Amino acid sequence: MLKKRIIPCLDIKDGRTVKGVNFIDIRDAGDPIELAKRYIDEGADELVFLDITATIEKRKTLAELVKRIAREINIPFTVGGGINSLEDAKAVIHAGADKVSINSSAVKNPSLITEIANEFGAQCVVVAIDVKNETDGWKVYVSGGKIPTGIDAVEWAVQAEERGAGEILLTSMNNDGTKSGFAIEITDAISKAVNIPVIASGGAGEKVHFKEVFEQTKASAALAASIFHFGEIPIPELKIYLQQENIPIR
Amino acid sequence: MIVIIKYNAGNIESVKNAVERLGFECVVSDNKEEILKADKIIFPGVGEAGSAMKYLRERKMDELILSLKQPVLGICLGQQLMCKHSEEGDTACLGIFDASVKKFPPLDTVPHMGWNNLHALKSPLFTGIGENDDVYFVHSYYAEQTKETIALCDYILPFSAAMQKDNFYATQFHPEKSAGVGEKILLNFLNINR
Repeated sequence: MLKKRIIPCLDIKDGRTVKGVNFIDIRDAGDPIELAKRYIDEGADELVFLDITATIEKRKTLAELVKRIAREINIPFTVGGGINSLEDAKAVIHAGADKVSINSSAVKNPSLITEIANEFGAQCVVVAIDVKNETDGWKVYVSGGKIPTGIDAVEWAVQAEERGAGEILLTSMNNDGTKSGFAIEITDAISKAVNIPVIASGGAGEKVHFKEVFEQTKASAALAASIFHFGEIPIPELKIYLQQENIPIR
Repeated sequence: MIVIIKYNAGNIESVKNAVERLGFECVVSDNKEEILKADKIIFPGVGEAGSAMKYLRERKMDELILSLKQPVLGICLGQQLMCKHSEEGDTACLGIFDASVKKFPPLDTVPHMGWNNLHALKSPLFTGIGENDDVYFVHSYYAEQTKETIALCDYILPFSAAMQKDNFYATQFHPEKSAGVGEKILLNFLNINR
């Protein structure tokens, strides 16, 4: 049986992990590779590296980092953040990333999805969608959630699939950081509207939230950052819990 | 020396990284002499069947692959190209395995992406691997079950997760992305005695 995936997200700034602390047996929690290996040992099913480096100049170090990651880790990983063109995607995929995640750049230029899919296959293209619940429904936001687009979230997800996306990474801004659980309603709506895997993101605070999102939606995976970084929910403990709750887990 | 066949399909660096992590020397090459001299050959691939077969035929690499006598491991698209025909681009493939490659019916999410367990294991390739160990898959097409099937996986329907005929081995999953289980399978292949 296909298993539900648990995906830790690592924020990278200037080649270093941010927010990563508190693992007593890690020498350098700021080293993305050490942290990644730790997550793999714990049973992470996949990893997402999100580059939040502000300047383009410093971003050039990303490809070097991706090369190092690819040499060291033995599970699939996605790289996102600042991928605005086919050239940007190529640099990261040639460095060894299994998938790239595009967000604002896909909204601005939807044909970018198709360009990357044609070059590397749909399985390489993750379209990340940040959504917020407004009076007239769930809408897409870009630029790290700062700019509203007025685009309907479900319609955009369906369009992304049609244009060649292999996966949707859905983050609810209403839930992100609240630790009150994933956005069940919109995750359910999007995971039913598309026939590609959907990764639920934003709001995980307790183990039961993962159970809820897997039981109440068609999400294929769930992503979280801080609860794993800060050791609030150790991945092995989460996986044992989900297994006991009859969620298919590796 | 381990040689990874270089052609117009992605995922080659990941395989090289994985082989090197296991302590084996390996090169990525499309040089005929180098490939013929290799102890073991890996035929990886992420991409589209039609354009991959066209590329191989134009360079007579199809004949080269069929002539190999040393252990060969096809991975993902590599396994599909070793079958006789693929629905992807209605492509005639290498025909090592007597299997057709078909698209998953849209009864569930496609691609089949993520960790799934193997069963009905029957090959030294799986020494030390348990019936329910999970490996990483990402594919929209599958090879049907035949007498050459050495591992099954169930997704929408049962399909060939791995195949073997003579010196030709193949996996639909990615051992290079399947953590410790994948490493063990890759190591079993690299340790096959000729």
